[in-house]
Amino acid sequence: MATTTTTANGVTRKQTSRFGAGFSRNVWLLLIALALLPVVVALLPLVGGPAEVISSYTFLQLSLMIVYSIAVLGLNLLTGFNGQISLGHGAFFAAGAYVAAALVAHHHWPHMVTLPVVALFCFVLGYLFGLPALRLEGHYLALATFSLAIAVPQILKYRHLEGVTGGVQGLNLPKIVAPWGLPFTPDQWMYLLVLVVAVPIFWFTRNLLDSRTGRALMAIRDQPMAAATMGINISQYKAITFGLSAMITGIAGALHAGMFRFVAPDSYPLELSITFLVGMVVGGLASLPGAIFGGIFVQVIEKYADSIARSLSSTLHLPIDIEPWTIYGIALILLVYLMPTGIAGGIARLRRLMNNTGRRSGTS
Amino acid sequence: MLQSSRRLFLAGASALGLAIAATPALAQKGKYDEGASDTEIKIGNTNPYSGPASAYGVIGKSIDAYFKKINDDGGINGRKINFVTYDDGYSPPKTVEMVRKLVEQDKVLLLFQTLGTPPNTAIWQYMNDAKVPQLFVATGASKWGDPKGHPWTMGFQPDYRTEGIIYAKHILETVKDAKIAVLYQNDDYGKDYLGGFKEGLGKDANKIVKEEPYNVTDPTVDNQIIQLKNSGANVFFNIATPKFAAQAIKKAAELGWKPVQYVNNVSSSVGSVMKPAGIDNAQGIITALYLKDPTDPQWANSADMKEWKAFMAKYMPQGNLSDGSYVYGYAVAHLMEIVLKQCGNELTRANIMKQAANLKSVEIPLLLPGIKVNTSPTDFYPLQSVQLARIKGESYELFGKVLSNEAASN
Amino acid sequence: MEQLIQQVAAGLANGAIYACLALALVMIFVSTDHINFAQGNLAMFSAYLVWQFLQWGLNFWLALPIVVVISFIIGVAIERFILRPLHDAPVLSIVVVFIGLLTIFFSLAGAIWGHTINAFPSPFPKFNFPGAAYFGPHQIGMILTTIVLLLLLFAFFRFTPLGLAMRAAAQNPASARLAGVRVDWMLALGWGLAAAIGAVAGTLVAPVVYLEPNMMASILLYGFAGALIGGISSPGGAVAGGFIVGVLENLISYFGDVVQNLTGLYIIGNGEKLSVALLIVITVLTLKPAGLFGRVSVKRV
Repeated sequence: MATTTTTANGVTRKQTSRFGAGFSRNVWLLLIALALLPVVVALLPLVGGPAEVISSYTFLQLSLMIVYSIAVLGLNLLTGFNGQISLGHGAFFAAGAYVAAALVAHHHWPHMVTLPVVALFCFVLGYLFGLPALRLEGHYLALATFSLAIAVPQILKYRHLEGVTGGVQGLNLPKIVAPWGLPFTPDQWMYLLVLVVAVPIFWFTRNLLDSRTGRALMAIRDQPMAAATMGINISQYKAITFGLSAMITGIAGALHAGMFRFVAPDSYPLELSITFLVGMVVGGLASLPGAIFGGIFVQVIEKYADSIARSLSSTLHLPIDIEPWTIYGIALILLVYLMPTGIAGGIARLRRLMNNTGRRSGTS
Repeated sequence: MLQSSRRLFLAGASALGLAIAATPALAQKGKYDEGASDTEIKIGNTNPYSGPASAYGVIGKSIDAYFKKINDDGGINGRKINFVTYDDGYSPPKTVEMVRKLVEQDKVLLLFQTLGTPPNTAIWQYMNDAKVPQLFVATGASKWGDPKGHPWTMGFQPDYRTEGIIYAKHILETVKDAKIAVLYQNDDYGKDYLGGFKEGLGKDANKIVKEEPYNVTDPTVDNQIIQLKNSGANVFFNIATPKFAAQAIKKAAELGWKPVQYVNNVSSSVGSVMKPAGIDNAQGIITALYLKDPTDPQWANSADMKEWKAFMAKYMPQGNLSDGSYVYGYAVAHLMEIVLKQCGNELTRANIMKQAANLKSVEIPLLLPGIKVNTSPTDFYPLQSVQLARIKGESYELFGKVLSNEAASN
Repeated sequence: MEQLIQQVAAGLANGAIYACLALALVMIFVSTDHINFAQGNLAMFSAYLVWQFLQWGLNFWLALPIVVVISFIIGVAIERFILRPLHDAPVLSIVVVFIGLLTIFFSLAGAIWGHTINAFPSPFPKFNFPGAAYFGPHQIGMILTTIVLLLLLFAFFRFTPLGLAMRAAAQNPASARLAGVRVDWMLALGWGLAAAIGAVAGTLVAPVVYLEPNMMASILLYGFAGALIGGISSPGGAVAGGFIVGVLENLISYFGDVVQNLTGLYIIGNGEKLSVALLIVITVLTLKPAGLFGRVSVKRV
């Protein structure tokens, strides 16, 4: 009865927009096609086309956007859809990175083979963290997760764990190259791998949210009391969501480690967690496309901030240099002004506006 | 018909292509790799302009200013320096990203003075795979002098390990019944120093009665200093960055703890460590120097110091004249200039490494008298000499002779 | 034993720093229900302003009131011009605005004054007395100032009409509005007061940790933990919480040290003390969710 197709049923449509921001299946397919486009372009030299249309560096950036999108998705599942705030998701990102790195460095596993172990480890970690966190709400949960982000670098340096983590030196990893003589450069291959991991994760999350479980998650966020009276086991759901969220972000961390071939405690500062939070909010809370927008946003904003700061400094001749982080801060505030519900929310509003004007002009 | 005309066209096009390719080659003055031309040399850099190590950002800024001065003076062999520097916030993945941007997108000829041990470790393999020079990195980790394994990477300053060894020897020679307390930063840099120090102590390593780490996220090191004091130590080795080193010196004085104090060169600046710590509290502190301290009156009239001050007045009028990082940036940029000059018109990456590994007793401004830059194809440690110095009054008093790596390890 | 006393004393001295910032956090929370992550850097900026006035040759006791007033105005301005238009935005969007403010203040301070540490003179007179090794004059001054600030706030809220109006606006905006309280201005006033307290906190912290743009980064976390453990809405609790966090952290590494001396086994030390301190704080909070001194709020369904 209540399907996700856009019927006249207002409630259903509202629920769809909760996590799809009005994106239909076709839009998703379009997104995947867009994501595959760089690969096709990259393969052009094979059929005699121009080489290096898309540089290796661009592929690195594209891969990073996807990795951040996955990380933001993990956070969004927890915070956006389930209402549990986390200021420390960088910790799970680091955990995923280190599990993968340790297996690769100490046991010579192929990088991608570590992903199931990473997923399991981070799920258990998140679940265990989620259990006591149930008693903590709002600001207390914020503090707990904030603390986790602070603690992780310290744990990685802990004397008795140095054998596994490499201590302050970190671990170096081998380069991931395309197997079987496939005609991809390492960066192109990494991009493909990242994409191949990202698509099922998004697909899985979408279906999860579309299911009874997903509705239960959102019911817990919106109406915890009512959800409890309806027989939803809140604590189990919350802990499992924590586990799934940590799992997804952890996988992103493992991919990130493979891309950079190096893990060290300094690679996962508190700022990383803040970056995910910013990506989630700016992209759009409780929105799957929002996670993608957020991932892209956090990857491009710093570069833009840097170039804007440079050009402003060279044209304005102020007594002090304008620093990129000033621009970054102003950009964040402006974005929240313009789109308080994130880019996904902004797009949805724009579409509604356009639909309304279209309908009006149609009737008149 | 169609076929032949097409062939003709192809032939014509390739001839044209040849001509286009050949013309600049004929007109060019020299041999170039990516990032160099008749008019420009493009140099890449990353620095922590934000984040926990942002105090070091002035190094990048003063290098930038130095290259501006070179350009104003006509450049190097007629070529202007285009110095591209990015913020990496001291985060290794960010460094990798920025360095790949520099190499692959901005297409710099070489990388110069990338700062910090973890950031440089992260790009180490990449630079050597890409065969792009990673010159004079701004970290004293001992691993940078590895011409066999990493022929494209070279350090600059005396390495932490050697410095640690020198302090250890000095303690063993001068302090009777030494009981040593160590404060160190809980990272790669701190542990490198500590490792060298223990190596220098050798069988006397048990004279370390207490070693306490701190994290850069700690607000103060008061707690550590109390523990170190209560260990009954009579020697204190302070392996900390300026802010924490100053806190430690101050707290030790407040507690009435008066050990023989050694502070690592990283925090030797009178202006940004000793004065904030209270110059009275800093009396007698021993450190190993290779650069002239800008606040030291004994250098006030030396030619290089005057030149540096004139440079600061013109190019960095807002710069803090008591901060040793500006001196460091100026000196190392000068070394870069020398290497590039030495390259002449052959600005290839291979030649740059060759010239960087061919510096014989080169003098650069602001080094202490008697300390010179020496490299060879098997020696990738440009600076290996330091001289011990002691705070007396408001400046350093040098003592003993110039010590070098060889002297230390024997 | 002597070491234990020293560690507790040092913990209390650090605790005063955290307490001061916690107090500022509580001020904003009480009036607007937000935790202001930009509070630390705002305080750092104020400390730089004081330093700048001192460089220009002003007397400290003249510079501080001027900066407190300036900070108050900055706080009010932030509320009026940046947060007011966003009063409908989701909480997390506000958090992102705070992150934006935090980076702006950090980078502005860096651009104006540089990132090199500066010594900051202690405003308190130097004098010698028995026990000065445990508590220096600055430490005593810091603790006293924190307590005086707390008392002033208490008196302000309890005995002045304005304080009463602020409390009313925070607890029941609708009724307060009916009673003629200008609720929106009360929020701005809360911000202004918080920024003013932050200015004092920054000025007290700077002589200890040295003045630099990063100086409040880690202190914010301690202040946050202190404010929460005391019950986020209670100024007295926040001050107590700050002291508790400061002492707790030092005790952890002290006991780690004792254990290592006795058994030779390394369990915990200065490398991990913060993680363990936070673990304890959070454990306490799971057991006493309203904080040690907060009142339990009854949820309405």
